[in-house]
Amino acid sequence: MSRTISQLLSHFILIAGMLLMVVPIWIIFASSTHDNITILSDGMKWGLGDQLIKNYDEVLNQKGGFSQEITATKLFLNSFIMALGIATLTVTTSLMSAYAIVYFRFKLAVPLFWLIFITLLVPLELRILPSYQVVSDLHLINTYSGLILPLSASAIATFFFRQFYKSVPDELLEAAKLDGANSWKFFIDFLIPLSKTMMAAMFIFMFVYGYNQYLWPLIMTTSEKYWTVVMGMKIIFMASTVERFAYIILSIIPPVLVVVFLQRWFIQGLFQTK
Amino acid sequence: MKRVQFKSYYTQYFFVAPQLAIILVFLYLPIVQTFTDAFTTQDAFGFGRYFSGFDNFIFALSDATYLRAFKFTILFICVITFFSCSMGLLLAVQANNVIHGKSYYKTLLIWPYAIAPAVVGVTANYFFSERLGILYSFFHNLWGFNWYDNIHDAYIYVFIAATWKQISANFIFFLAGLQTIQKPIIEASLIDCKSSFRRFWTITFPLLMPTTFFLIIINITYSFFDTLGIIDTTTIGAPSGETKTLVFKAYIDGFRGLDLGSAGAQSIVMMLIVLVITVFQFRFIEGRIHYN
Repeated sequence: MSRTISQLLSHFILIAGMLLMVVPIWIIFASSTHDNITILSDGMKWGLGDQLIKNYDEVLNQKGGFSQEITATKLFLNSFIMALGIATLTVTTSLMSAYAIVYFRFKLAVPLFWLIFITLLVPLELRILPSYQVVSDLHLINTYSGLILPLSASAIATFFFRQFYKSVPDELLEAAKLDGANSWKFFIDFLIPLSKTMMAAMFIFMFVYGYNQYLWPLIMTTSEKYWTVVMGMKIIFMASTVERFAYIILSIIPPVLVVVFLQRWFIQGLFQTK
Repeated sequence: MKRVQFKSYYTQYFFVAPQLAIILVFLYLPIVQTFTDAFTTQDAFGFGRYFSGFDNFIFALSDATYLRAFKFTILFICVITFFSCSMGLLLAVQANNVIHGKSYYKTLLIWPYAIAPAVVGVTANYFFSERLGILYSFFHNLWGFNWYDNIHDAYIYVFIAATWKQISANFIFFLAGLQTIQKPIIEASLIDCKSSFRRFWTITFPLLMPTTFFLIIINITYSFFDTLGIIDTTTIGAPSGETKTLVFKAYIDGFRGLDLGSAGAQSIVMMLIVLVITVFQFRFIEGRIHYN
């Protein structure tokens, strides 16, 4: 009997928590399907309206910006390029440098380790103005490289890969060496296949991180051609409130889908090292 | 360290080179620039910068608004960490307890993790706007809520927005932490202790301490840095700069006020704060690997 009560209580709390998470976004979504005048006169709505297709179509295809040539679709494309760039670059470079640090015996290993890991102290928010100067000196303002590179200077993935490599049994390398594998062969044929879950987790983590960047694109893109979805929140160029609601909903769909559908990989990878 | 390792003259450098190059150019160069900015001052005619020792630090730190931002940041960190941790833990314990529907609950509780802080801010902005805001009118009817003028109401506004975003991250980690607790311990505790409430506080919670400690650091870092997007899209520091965090203040002083010296000095102070936090984190994670 007490077991049933405890189960019921758990379900009750979980449903309450779920509502806390879902309801705000639902209200934004429901409101985004109404006519703009209805929203402005009656306030936000709980129920759906009949303007869904019209509003979302306008948000995606209406031309805006100063030049009247930019559509939200373009912003989505930019966000994808930026997020994929950051995720790919960070995962590849981190995988490699963690390999060098863990699997090679050389004098500079410890200094290099510190040189890389000390960067965990300095997130982009702390170096945003000087980063702007550096990127501007390199003539990378308003380029994809300028959006991607400073955000890829991150040691978080290196740290996770290092922890993971350390948990790989020494016997694997011993066996590989007996089979005559050199450092390249060991990396490509043994370690990379083993790290797949970890790589997927880091890729998802960095993709969401890249897609969600706000301040950096806001500061370093003066040309609308390089605007991204999240920074667009601040300079939304659509006129009406309902279109802004639709824009919010559209902007959260890509990262949410990635996390929801790949959650098993994501969670497995993150906790594999523990 | 590995017992067996490769030895080579140059291969290892090939593997480190790409990341090292990116870090040197896009991280160390800006850091050097930060230090240069922090210890120099622009001359009156704007032609050059001269060395000015700790002047920028003294100027930035003795400012009354700095102290205010410092106090607000501490409060902000404590409130967000406490509420998002306890709600994340409460939900994780229930999700671990239920027999049916576990995966549905999990999915419906983790997705806000993927929403950008700036988007959460913009969304919160609608709920707290005077004209449309459901929460604004709800609180307004209760006690005359008005974050445009009242400092404490503005606090409530940013606290709610920033906490909401962080609950799911805490939920993910706590749930994973709960699932690592071994079955025999749970079974033994079921025999020893009938009260599930007591069982939680005397057995489960102590076993979760490593996760909790790790999450506290994650939440501190989140409240410190990631919330910049939330502040910039909600109160923008209003009313009269009362909801500025340290990171937000440094950004505003540097980018809007164009005071590079002060912004640089503030950044260096924050680096020191993060250094202390990271040392804790590092020792903890390293320590745990040994423990396992």
